[in-house]
Amino acid sequence: MPSLKDLKNRIASVKATQKITKAMKMVAAAKLRRAQEAAEAARPYSQRMGAVLANIAQAVGGEQDAPALMTGTGKDEVHLLVVCTAERGLCGGFNSQIARFARDHARKLLAAGKTVKILCVGKKGFDILRREYASLIIDRVELRDVKKIGFENADAIGRKVIALFDKGEFDVCTLYYSEFKSVISQVPTAQQLIPAAAPAEDNGASATAAIYEYEPDAGAILADLIPRNISVQIFRALLENVAGEMGAKMSAMDNATRNAGEMINKLTLNYNRQRQAQITKELIEIISGAEAL
Amino acid sequence: MADNFNLELVSPERLLLSEKVSEVVIPATEGEMTVMANHAPVMTTLKPGVVTVKDAAGKTTRYVVFGGFADITPENCTLLAESAVPMEELDREKLMKRIEAAKAEFAAALNYEHRTQAENYLAELTRLNGIVMPA
Repeated sequence: MPSLKDLKNRIASVKATQKITKAMKMVAAAKLRRAQEAAEAARPYSQRMGAVLANIAQAVGGEQDAPALMTGTGKDEVHLLVVCTAERGLCGGFNSQIARFARDHARKLLAAGKTVKILCVGKKGFDILRREYASLIIDRVELRDVKKIGFENADAIGRKVIALFDKGEFDVCTLYYSEFKSVISQVPTAQQLIPAAAPAEDNGASATAAIYEYEPDAGAILADLIPRNISVQIFRALLENVAGEMGAKMSAMDNATRNAGEMINKLTLNYNRQRQAQITKELIEIISGAEAL
Repeated sequence: MADNFNLELVSPERLLLSEKVSEVVIPATEGEMTVMANHAPVMTTLKPGVVTVKDAAGKTTRYVVFGGFADITPENCTLLAESAVPMEELDREKLMKRIEAAKAEFAAALNYEHRTQAENYLAELTRLNGIVMPA
């Protein structure tokens, strides 16, 4: 049975914890809003990019000289997994979800006799994947000291991926990130980057495609567009990830705050009971002492 | 007076501009071009340079872009810029940094093709620097 003083100390410490988790929740909420805004602001670009790409892909479609980034190497042997996770923990199952998702895929690919290489973006994913696949991780990118993810960060990763592709290091590249559905739901997603999945063509672009003029020419534009598109996809994934991380953190911290509240209630009840028991005991002692006289 | 058309200037981070304008000059790879309403559909790449926008009221605004694409149809003009900033907000240090990076790339370029590309890019940046600096 803990003493009154012990109980008092515990209540104080749980209260302090609750204050911290509450503050962290508030911070996450503010950051979430900003992350959502950033994701929203970036949407027009990727949308337009998709439309332009669909348009051009159609124009070049029949030709043989489509860039390798689009057609792939024609093989399916070496897979590169780009796993994007958060830099920090304390956000529920967010990081482990993505890592598990990527790991399952890696396992499947390995079982099928393919070679797997992993590029980690974000510290947490690296920490998790390192346990099992340390030998497969070829590189890692840390965004720890990046305050606000800009296009340059994504572009740097994109360049890295393309450089690896040009060296013939892999055949297929897949991007793993968490899609931001809502504050309480983030879905781990896999997206194939190379060879670029053919964009949807049913967006009305087909009607105008025929009459476009290309300057310098469609092939050259495409060759310029596709690497950029890869960077844009990575950028979008990173932004979604940040929003997802903050959402997950917010709900995790909300849970923690609530749990702390419950714990405080329980401890306070316990404390009051003991206090009363002690008072009763003292009264009995006084009364029985008086009776004995 | 000329007709107006929709102009959208988009960078990966945000939508910079979306409004009716009467005329826009864009730095296309094969030379500057002025786009007005009812332009023939063209798709072109952009080089680093200055985009001059003349809105419906005849007021001009200038933006600096670093590469990208333009998608032009008779009613619309969409500029997908890799990075775009209003002329006044251009950070000179950043521009210098880009030039440094381009120089490094040029020096590190292995094959002839890459070298030419890097050299062109560097030349354009330097020229841009020349335009922007005295302003």
